[in-house]
Amino acid sequence: MLIKIPRRNEPLASEITPREIALSRRGFLQGLAASSLAAAGWSAPAIATESSTRQRLPAQRNAKYSATDKPTAYADATTYNNFYEFGTDKGDPALYAGSLKPRPWTVRVDGEVKKPLTLDIDALLKLAPLEERLYRLRCVEGWSMAIPWIGFPLAELIRKVEPTGNAKYVEFTTLADRAQMPGVRSRVLEWPYTEGLRIDEANHPLTLLTLGMYGQVLPNQNGAPVRIIVPWKYGFKSAKSLVRIRFTEVQPRTSWNLAAPDEYGFYSNVNPEVDHPRWSQASERRIGEDGFFTKKRKTLMFNGYPEVASLYSGMDLRKFY
Amino acid sequence: MTLSAVRLTLIKRAVFVSALSPLIIYLWRAVGDALGANPIEALIRGSGDWTLYFLTLTMSITPLRRFTGQNWLQALRRMLGLFTFLYACLHLTTFVWFDHFFDLDEILRDVWKRPFIAIGFTAFLLLIPLAITSTHAMQRRLGRYWSQLHRVVYAVALLAMTHFWWMRAGKQNFAEPIVIGVIITILLAARLIGPIQRWIQARKDLVLARDVESR
Repeated sequence: MLIKIPRRNEPLASEITPREIALSRRGFLQGLAASSLAAAGWSAPAIATESSTRQRLPAQRNAKYSATDKPTAYADATTYNNFYEFGTDKGDPALYAGSLKPRPWTVRVDGEVKKPLTLDIDALLKLAPLEERLYRLRCVEGWSMAIPWIGFPLAELIRKVEPTGNAKYVEFTTLADRAQMPGVRSRVLEWPYTEGLRIDEANHPLTLLTLGMYGQVLPNQNGAPVRIIVPWKYGFKSAKSLVRIRFTEVQPRTSWNLAAPDEYGFYSNVNPEVDHPRWSQASERRIGEDGFFTKKRKTLMFNGYPEVASLYSGMDLRKFY
Repeated sequence: MTLSAVRLTLIKRAVFVSALSPLIIYLWRAVGDALGANPIEALIRGSGDWTLYFLTLTMSITPLRRFTGQNWLQALRRMLGLFTFLYACLHLTTFVWFDHFFDLDEILRDVWKRPFIAIGFTAFLLLIPLAITSTHAMQRRLGRYWSQLHRVVYAVALLAMTHFWWMRAGKQNFAEPIVIGVIITILLAARLIGPIQRWIQARKDLVLARDVESR
């Protein structure tokens, strides 16, 4: 609230692509409003990023993998984001992600695989049938949402590239383009943002290669055009705006683990019994629900996805946090 | 420079209203559901931010008065100090109410798990005697001890700074803690100028006295 750097707003107006003119202009105006009001303790009200402006993405609802939670409001899920490539404030991604160009876009899939691939978004969309799944999303900061994602199991892609016997891990790399992502100029994290999973975690049917949410393609601030969703881990494990998926023999270096190894482990499974030094992980506030007159809800082991427990049998989850 | 009593009263009223306005704006936004996706976080952070702002404003009165010679500024210090206390109370209230719903057991466990909260709480406890002894009557009764007691605010500033920095360290988000840290360091350093000048003068006097003696 204290510091708003207005120059971030300026490139927006000149960099708008035709399809996004309306949205970008709105973002620009709201950016100005936010920075001028910030000094007085105001911040911009929830941005009404009308869902009607985005491209629809038809998908079959997968009831087996859908939680019964009430879906979080679209406005909340698209204005309260951690996406440091667009700034460290949770309002920043909605304000500044208009400069990201999600098309054309390619994702390189390589490393320890027999059939490395480079796929564009249209090829990815056709790779497997799209499913809609309502997943709980638990942030390491102690808040949570329930979001209807659209995508297909990452396992489908893994099968296509045929990992070699050496493929023990999968590394995900986010785009790091200064021209499109103003936050990359800051040295708050090591860029590009990388995350990783063990191959059996990546192959788990819950791990979703995600291209849309709320019936439409992903909004930029939520990791357009393609991201990973690992619902039983803290949100930062689910890397956004992927440009590369690499299969490795050694455990990949991951951004938050590099920044603070004693705070963010490689596994980072949602676990109410293992606390983060800054946030108690015993409970969480569901955005839009747990409010002024209700207590926060208890956090569930593996975020309420007990079917993944077998992946960690015999492991001390306090040690491998 | 002195100001007419009427003018000073007007200035004090204006400062009072401005100092209250963040609270009114936050309440207005809370009622109108305009605090964003996580209104509770907005209130906890907002009250904490404004505590820091008023703490630095309060601490800047004395050096500002010294450097500008505008002695009437002194008349604003008590009010700003009490607003610091008000926003600190609100900050603690939002934490106890919204973050833990008055569950004392849970609060104690949380303080133990997250030491930055213990540091913030210590700063709050130290503010209490300062708020209680802020009246004219107390000032008179305590005499010279009053100003000694109120130097506790320097400890409060260091604790508050640490609390803010430690909270943000979790997400590598240091921009604002650095700004507040620099301001508080300058304000604390400003307190050292007087004593240092006096010490230098004393040394000079001593050397001069020796010179006279040796002659």
